[in-house]
Amino acid sequence: MLKLIAFRIAQAIPVMLVVAVLTFLLMHLLPGDPATIIAGDQADQASIDQIRRDLGLDRPVPVQLWHWIVNLAQGDFGRSLMLNQAVADAVKERLPVTLSLAMLAFAITLPFGIAFGVIAAVWRDTWVDSAVMILALVGVSVPNFWIAILSVILFSVTLGWLPSAGYVPLHDSFSGWLASLIQPAVVLALFQIGYLARMTRSAMLDVLDQDYIRTARAKGVAVNTIIVKHAFRNTLMQVVTVAGYILSLLIGGSVVIEQIFALPGIGRLLVQAIMARDYPVVQGTMLLLGFAFVFINILIDLIYAYVDPRVRYD
Amino acid sequence: MLQIENLSVDFRVDSGWISSVTDVSFTLGPRASLGIVGESGSGKSVTALSVLRLHAARNTRMRGRIMFDGQDLLTLPERRMREIRGRDIAMIFQDPMHSLNPVLTIGDQIGETLRIHQKLDAAAAQKAAIGLLDMVRIPDAARRVTDYPHQLSGGMRQRVMIAMAIACRPRLLIADEPTTALDVTVQAQILDLLRDLREEIGMSVILISHDLGLVAEFAERVLVMYAGELVEEAPSLTMFARPAHPYSEGLLKAIPSADEDVGRLYAIPGRIPDPGRRPPGCNFAPRCPLVQPACTAAPPPLATMEPGHLIRCPVRLAAMETTG
Ligand SMILES: Nc1ncnc2c1ncn2[C@@H]1O[C@H](COP(=O)(O)OP(=O)(O)O)[C@@H](O)[C@H]1O
Ligand code: SF4
Ligand SMILES: [Mg+2]
Repeated sequence: MLKLIAFRIAQAIPVMLVVAVLTFLLMHLLPGDPATIIAGDQADQASIDQIRRDLGLDRPVPVQLWHWIVNLAQGDFGRSLMLNQAVADAVKERLPVTLSLAMLAFAITLPFGIAFGVIAAVWRDTWVDSAVMILALVGVSVPNFWIAILSVILFSVTLGWLPSAGYVPLHDSFSGWLASLIQPAVVLALFQIGYLARMTRSAMLDVLDQDYIRTARAKGVAVNTIIVKHAFRNTLMQVVTVAGYILSLLIGGSVVIEQIFALPGIGRLLVQAIMARDYPVVQGTMLLLGFAFVFINILIDLIYAYVDPRVRYD
Repeated sequence: MLQIENLSVDFRVDSGWISSVTDVSFTLGPRASLGIVGESGSGKSVTALSVLRLHAARNTRMRGRIMFDGQDLLTLPERRMREIRGRDIAMIFQDPMHSLNPVLTIGDQIGETLRIHQKLDAAAAQKAAIGLLDMVRIPDAARRVTDYPHQLSGGMRQRVMIAMAIACRPRLLIADEPTTALDVTVQAQILDLLRDLREEIGMSVILISHDLGLVAEFAERVLVMYAGELVEEAPSLTMFARPAHPYSEGLLKAIPSADEDVGRLYAIPGRIPDPGRRPPGCNFAPRCPLVQPACTAAPPPLATMEPGHLIRCPVRLAAMETTG
């Protein structure tokens, strides 16, 4: 097991390097000159050139890339142009918001998505199945932002139950934290619940048709035990894969949701930084997101090994 | 002990209901052995699964009666049926690769039967599982018990299936093509094991196979099925020496013998009709070397040729009577 972990992390290093290089190149291919924007409308060419020299933008791209990577390796993500702050600090401040949002949405998605999928599969071809699948379809077809707006109109404006914007840190007040996040988290989760339910259902149907389920029935195993012990455990591989993918989607989805609910998270930072051509911040946050995806994938592989003896013993 | 009366099984498919098994009747006493043969698709598995009521209820229709110890299994509530499964009647299947749960240890899967029916706790069930692995002659049982199915060979997995089936010493074991997926030497070992266990436990065994030779050697009596119907029933010796139905004759000729070139193996020409595509009159008529015009007019009845020997072929029956 330890060997597997070490191996997967070693494998991830080149992947992360590629992520870093791609992030850097992407930023330098985007139109717009940071120096011009920083200098402001009134600036003359001389001061723009000066800023460019200060930032090192006058050097060839490969040299800039090299410096960036060398600094990264030493834990230095650079300084933000718009915030007068180290990128690492700016990210560190906002990370809890995005993590809270994504994790809360994930915690809502998992039980509901799995339960709906299993229920639909067990009652396949009945009205229960149809009802769950129609709901799931609605969940995946209606755009996030639209649900968000409807939800704000209902729960914040009309009923006044929940704040429509803003974030309360967890260490200030738990109920405030939850109130500030529950609405965006549910909105974010709706799509994923529908998606997870559909995937779980099809995985479950597949397993329920397997010979070993018939064997269990032939032994006299009760239906509930068959579903939980014999069938669901065999769908875990697929459920874990989908769950990992969903976690990635949730992180991506928070970028949009943070805009709508004015949550000061990574997503908002990224959008602001792109607007301001604050390339150190853009690079830093993109890199962080990329690392998050790589990390999630390692996690999935490790969970595989845990749930499936065939992987574990290889 | 087991008495099947006019069992018919229909399945719902896209185009409606199709009749898979039609009007099957037979009986089986305690400590008896019965073989069921027929080509693939003749309805053997469907008949066997009906006894344990393992068909998916939502698209299956069963008629007739399956009497076991004086009660009709077809009308038993599901809860009572569950008590019978694995305790009184057990079953093993054709494909040992896929019949075991890949994420559970074999000890867990064998012990589960005992935990359900004899309310053993986990430790006792594990100990009993080791004993059962010994009984099916798996070496080093105490170590093997924590293995997962993928760590075992096909023959070993079938032994595990057997251990699981006999855990509660059932009175009836249904073995549906238990050796079809295994190679020849392993086949013989598994059949030997089943023979010994039948003796040891005193259970009845229904052995299902497409190989008439294998079945006739194992069982006291043999049923031949074709297109969902019984076409012949006879003691094994009779079936082996002088089968009466043209289809049984074909099956007998198709048995590979040791001195024969495998490449020149005999096969009955044509293939078995699918349910819903069966011809009028005798199901076997399109492939039968003895077919008469009358054969396609009306479905032939199953008739007694001599005590204990039934066939569904009026042509052969008449011929036998005239020759004495
Ligand atoms: N669940 C099912 N749904 C529809 N048709 C079925 C089903 N199970 C079996 N059949 C059909 O019933 C016939 C008999 O099948 P089976 O009993 O499995 O044959 P075998 O003698 O090879 O065991 C086949 O034509 C098969 O296609
Ligand atoms: S009834 Fe006719 S077609 Fe059918 S098996 Fe007998 S001879 Fe052949
Ligand atoms: Mg079969």
